Formats: sequence, structure tokens, C-alpha cells
Amino acid sequence: MRISIPILVAAAFALAACSTTGDNSGSSQSTSSGKSEVAAAPAGSKPGSQMDLSINVGDRVLFDFNSSALSRESVTTVTRWAAWLKTYPANSVVIEGHADERGTREYNLALGERRADSARDYLVSLGVDAGRVKVVSFGKERPAIAGSNGNAWAQNRRAALVLAK
Amino acid sequence: MNYKFKLPRLFSAVLAAFTITVIISAQVRAEITVDITQGNVEPLPIAVPDFVFKSDSDAERRFSTDMAEVVAADLERSGLFKPIDKLAFISQPDGPAVTPRFNNWKPLNAQALVVGEVGIDKNGALRVSFRLWDVFSEDQMTGLTLTTTQANWRRVAHIIADKIYERVTGEVGYFDTRIVYIAESGPPEKRVKRLSIMDQDGANHRFLTDGRTLVLTPRFSPAQQEITYLAYFNNQPRVYLFNIDTGEQELLGDFPGMTFAPRFSPDGNSVVMSFAENGNSDIYVMDLRTRKRRQLTDSASIDTGPSYSPDGRRVVFESDRGGSQQLYVMSDNGAGQKRISFGEGRYATPVWSPRGDLIAFTKIFRGKFHIGIMRPDGSGERLLTRGFLVEGPTWAPNGRVLMYFRQERSDERGRGGMPRLFSIDLTGFNEREIGTPVGGSDPAWSPGPLIQ
Repeated sequence: MRISIPILVAAAFALAACSTTGDNSGSSQSTSSGKSEVAAAPAGSKPGSQMDLSINVGDRVLFDFNSSALSRESVTTVTRWAAWLKTYPANSVVIEGHADERGTREYNLALGERRADSARDYLVSLGVDAGRVKVVSFGKERPAIAGSNGNAWAQNRRAALVLAK
Repeated sequence: MNYKFKLPRLFSAVLAAFTITVIISAQVRAEITVDITQGNVEPLPIAVPDFVFKSDSDAERRFSTDMAEVVAADLERSGLFKPIDKLAFISQPDGPAVTPRFNNWKPLNAQALVVGEVGIDKNGALRVSFRLWDVFSEDQMTGLTLTTTQANWRRVAHIIADKIYERVTGEVGYFDTRIVYIAESGPPEKRVKRLSIMDQDGANHRFLTDGRTLVLTPRFSPAQQEITYLAYFNNQPRVYLFNIDTGEQELLGDFPGMTFAPRFSPDGNSVVMSFAENGNSDIYVMDLRTRKRRQLTDSASIDTGPSYSPDGRRVVFESDRGGSQQLYVMSDNGAGQKRISFGEGRYATPVWSPRGDLIAFTKIFRGKFHIGIMRPDGSGERLLTRGFLVEGPTWAPNGRVLMYFRQERSDERGRGGMPRLFSIDLTGFNEREIGTPVGGSDPAWSPGPLIQ
């Protein structure tokens, strides 16, 4: 049942980037951090937009089964979130916490909340104003990937950063 | 002898037009009994001929057939009765007031015979009588006369089936009950969920919400035409009350974060639920009259899935405070929290039986999900069914039958994973699907009516 995490995390990132990029990618720089890259968004993703976030920053972190601990990759991603939010101080965000389908509904709602909070706490510890970051849990209700298999479950155990409307 | 029927307010609106008279004393000696505690019993052969009708109106003719069908279907689904094929009948009964020709039913091995009669009054009211006969001892076992509106004909049939079930098994019937659940449609990533209600047999199905808002985990009030459930209005998951009659929805409490897992107290005066804050979920109870809330658990863990004992004095819940999801019992003020589940695996969604003797739960063990039961002290664990995913048991009001939902593994396009509703006897036998128009999950059985 348990999935080896580090490799899958990397794979999921590559996949997430591909799937959200569409035609004009420019995703070669997308995983490195720092303000300069963030500002140099490729055409098609308006700086500070959700697409900019997805393509150039990475809008999600993944978790181990029944865990809300941030992996080393997740810490790197949340650090990029902090930099992005400092670049665009007008942006407010929602962190959505999710779980895979291998738990009960109500427990998974609580687990999704715990994951979103885990990401938020670290983000706030990096200096982002807590008032700009809300959390919401969807439990197992909104999988990113359909299917009852280890890859889908690994990608569904996530916290996603979404630009607040 | 007349009995007074005390009906809970949940159904009082519908039942206002009912006049009910028990026409046969329950003291009559009879031979037939079914002991439903004994697991896989041989179903009792029973004959349910079309009801006799007085005039020859199309309406009476229709009720004659349809009501007999509903009664027979209820009894058959219980797994305890085997209705005999109508084509085998030698004769039709003459009516409930006439002693049947038992020799015409004995060759069919009919142990019991239901003789019903329908009539429509001058003012359009539906009048129904029935008697239950023990074919071999030639005794009357029970009977009933009801007068109601024609629109209530299915409920009358369910009430008759309940009387038969009660007379033969000694247990309270559960056919005149309803189910609230979540109807599911669409792909997993964009699943549409609608609050829905139906009779226990799937009839009179109604969608209560339009599917634009995600809704989860409904529960009936034991006292009002109300449901408590979780809704994502404005993407904020909160516990709401839903009025079944008016469709009005009301936010319950002004919690600053997610509230979820709501259940009514047995007296209907409060709702117990979880509130999530800073990665930590605790259990709170809200008094519906004062709207004051009280915190029952305070641990740095996920405490959820609360369920009251029928006397309202204790609450069973799940918590991962010990490292994994397990079941705990506490008093209704939060004192004396004590773990009761000690088996291998994770335990979730505890539900206290309306009889008080058992707690049903979901268990995750060796990669499979199970529905099980244990005593309130944690002893006597028994697993009733299992699957890729089975979850969320709910008790029939007589504490003899459980309903839950089942979901199979889906392929990478999400096909094959639509959840469906099932029921199963406490004995682990008689597992059956409850048909719904689309997928179904999170069923909750209505708490009554309890006839006293």
C-alpha cells in the first residue's frame, strides 16, 4: 500500500507541470526557486496569476499515506510559495488539503485540513501574513487524478495553493 | 381491543390523516415464530394474495395488486419470509372477516396467510384492513384497519408489513421508514453530490439539493422534519440544518473553521460535531435551543465521528490520539474518555445501535474495508462484510439491520468506482443492494416511526 515517496513526488511535479502548461511551456526553469525566475514568467501565464503559480512555482505539495508532514521537496515548494507571495503582495491564497480514497470520509476531511494547515504553518513561518492564507479541506471528495491505483493515490494526497478570487 | 399509536413528530405531518385501529388482539395463540438472532434462518413461506376489493373501480383494483406487492416485497427483502408465487394459489380469499379455507393453502406449504381488503370511501379516503393467519394452527395472529388518503397507500402497505414482521419475529418492524443519503453522479474529479431522500425500499425518491454545492454525511433528526449535514456553501465546509418540508437551510454555529461529522442527540435538542482548527479536530456539542456550544474533547489529534448512545448519556467517537484511528467512549460531558477498540487495523465511523447493545463501525485492515459490530465495551467484535471500500454503517430503527455504502476499485479513467447502497442483517446474512437512480453514499436511516 505504501508508496515510495521521493521519486513519485518528483514524477508528480513533472506531470503536474506538463498537464497544466498546455502548448507554450518554458517549464525548464519552472522548478528552480527565486524571485527572478518567478518574475520572468513565460508568455501565456500572467505574472502573479494562478497559471503563473502552477507553471513557474508549482502549486501543490504531496504527502505520505496518512501523514501531514512536509517532505524536503515540499519544504522547497512552500519556500517558493513564500517568495511568490512576497513578489505579489496583493495576492491572497487558499490552501486546499486533500486525501486519497483509502480512508473514511470524515477522517479524511480532518486529515485534509491537517495537511493544509501543515503547509500554511510553514508558509506563515517564512514571513507570509497569516491573514493572506486561508485553508479548506476537501478530504477525499476532489481527487486530482481518477483511478484506484498507487500513482493516483500518491498524487491525490496533496495540499494545493489556489489564488483567492 | 384498540391500541393507541404514538407517532414521532418526524412523520406526524404525513400521518395526520391516519386513523389506525388494531382489530385483532395480540393475545391469540399462534405457532409461527421466526428467531432472527439465529443467523441464516430458513425463510418462512407466506402467501400474500392480492387484497380483496369491494367495488370494481380501477383505483381499488390497482391498490389491491400494488399493496400486496409492496407487503410481499418488504417481507421478502428482510430475508425472513419467502412469499409464495401467486400463480400457485388455488383460491382467492373472501376477505379479512371471513375464515380462510386453510386446506387451499396447506398444500402450498404456506405457513402464514395475509388477507387484505381495500376500499375507497364516498369522500375518497382509502380504507384498508388485513389479517394475518397461521395456516396450520388455523389461528388469527394479528390484524389492522387503517383509513388514510389514497396518496399514503405505500405507507399503509409498509405498516402492514411491519405488523406482520413484528408478530412473527417479536422485533419492531422497519419497513415504514425512510433513508436520507448522498446521490452521486459524474466523474470522480468532478463528482456531483445531492442530498436525497427515499423510502426504505427506494420508492418515493426525491433530490433535496440541486448538486451545485458539495454536500456530505446527512443525519435525520429524531424529533423534527430536519436533517443535519455538511455543505460547502462558498467553499466553506460547515454543518447545516435542512428542513425537509420547506427546503430551508440554516448554518449551525459561527465556528471560525470547518465543522463536520454532525449527529443529533437522541432527544433532538442538540447536535454533536467536529470542529477543525490548526490541524486539530475536536468534538463539540451545540444546544439547538440556546445555540451555546460546549467542547467535549481536547486532544492534539483528529477526534471525529461522534455518535450518542440511545439514552444520550454516552458518546462513542473515533480518534487517532494513540497513533491510529481507534474507537473511544466518553460520557456526554466529555469525561472518562476510554479506548474500546484494540484489534489490528484502523477503526472509524462508530454508530451506536438504537437498542444500545452494539456499536457498528468501519474497519480498515490489511488493505480492505470492513463493516463490523462490537459491544460498547469493545468485546465481541464481529465483521459482517468487506470490500475494496465499504463505509458508513447506519442502523435500522430496530437495531437488526445495517445499511452502508460500497465502492469498487475504479480504472484510471475513474470508471467502475461509483458507490452504491447496501443493507445487511446483523447476523452477516442477507446482504442486498438498495437501488438508487444514480450512485449513492452516506446513507442514514430514519429513527422511526416507533409505534408504542
